[in-house]
Amino acid sequence: MKKLLCLNINDKEYEVAVEPNQTLVDLIRYELGLTGTKKGCEMGDCGSCTVIMDGKPVNSCLVLAMQADGKKITTIEGVETDDGLHPIQKSFVEKGAIQCGFCSPGMILSGSALLERNPKPDEDDIRKAISGNLCRCTGYQKIVEAIKSVNE
Amino acid sequence: MLLPKFDFHAPATTEEACQMLTELGKNAKLIAGGTDLMVNMKHRLISPEHLISISGIDELTKLDSSDSVIKIGACFTVADLAESEEIGKKLSALRTGARALGSPLVRNLATIGGNIGTARPAADIPPSLMVYGAKAVLKSSTGERTVSLDKFFRGPGLTEIQANEILTEIQAETPPPYAGAGYINLGIRKAQDCNLVNVASFVALDGPDGIIKDARIVMGCVGPIHLRAPSAEKLLIGEKPSEAIFAKAGAAASGDCTPIDDFRGSAAYKKAMVEVLTRRTLGLAYDEAKYRG
Repeated sequence: MKKLLCLNINDKEYEVAVEPNQTLVDLIRYELGLTGTKKGCEMGDCGSCTVIMDGKPVNSCLVLAMQADGKKITTIEGVETDDGLHPIQKSFVEKGAIQCGFCSPGMILSGSALLERNPKPDEDDIRKAISGNLCRCTGYQKIVEAIKSVNE
Repeated sequence: MLLPKFDFHAPATTEEACQMLTELGKNAKLIAGGTDLMVNMKHRLISPEHLISISGIDELTKLDSSDSVIKIGACFTVADLAESEEIGKKLSALRTGARALGSPLVRNLATIGGNIGTARPAADIPPSLMVYGAKAVLKSSTGERTVSLDKFFRGPGLTEIQANEILTEIQAETPPPYAGAGYINLGIRKAQDCNLVNVASFVALDGPDGIIKDARIVMGCVGPIHLRAPSAEKLLIGEKPSEAIFAKAGAAASGDCTPIDDFRGSAAYKKAMVEVLTRRTLGLAYDEAKYRG
């Protein structure tokens, strides 16, 4: 039986009815149509489903939609500001940190969560912060440079 | 990948959760961070009819270090452990273990109670907790009991927790002055990897230049549960700390473990690594103990 839940995604309030076995990533993609969040391994290994939940980046494939009741979620669609792309998004474009693009939403969200906590991270901080996000184009170097240059 | 069907419950209090568990019994599973449970359910290794979410119960997410006994709520996240200054000051090896677990994304969800309750022999949190002599608090509708982590694990995935009980809290004494601990995990990769061997060691000295009056060594991945290394511990007690005695203890510890050959590594390699990690973690423990007056 479907259950009702309320959550805030990208500063918009949603009230939705979900099956108890629905994951947060499926709710975001299939019910709400926010397809910027990707599905890769669905086992918490690849990080392509990364969203920010109550200020912390998490694997949305490992969160039940029901567990997100009352939470504040940011997906890649919520990163852009009124002035256009967020500085970290601009930096990814400028540094060539995007190849196929599949890992980019997760990388950008893990990177922006790091910059919130630590505005001037060193390379080690960055590599640790994105250690749950896999890039199969293996373009890590450019991604690290992009995150590092945001506040430089 | 679809999850099997189940009903979802989110009790507001521990009492309510215990009540539900009593009523639903073996058809129910508790979920906190879900980082292990969700994967097992997706693989259809388990298909509980009911999931009882305890991560929203406030009292289970608290850390209380005001007393000499540090109390950590079962739903305290691994990320919070990894960042806690209090834990770093009092139970540094536990913080090292928390920092080694999974990835930042997993750590933000995973809980201390989950890493213990799932009873994986390669888990990062139990070795440090065991060398600190930690205990688990188990609650049910009919009462509460405290079990030493030394007696808590029964086998891979098996623990002392009964079907009607909830692991609510971990308790550990603040180590005495001139005591310290260290933890090292070895895997193929630095993140998102299952450990090949992990070891935690604890030593308590009789003063800053004193002899070793207490020693505890716990080894992971080298038996069905995390193992103490009794012969290594025994040979340390009463001795003056030195590289030589730590090396001897390492050799003894490798005789105390019972690894198997598997795709991660051969039993012989794991034994050799137990020797190295025991020696090195004893070194870390001693370095901390000297200065913790």
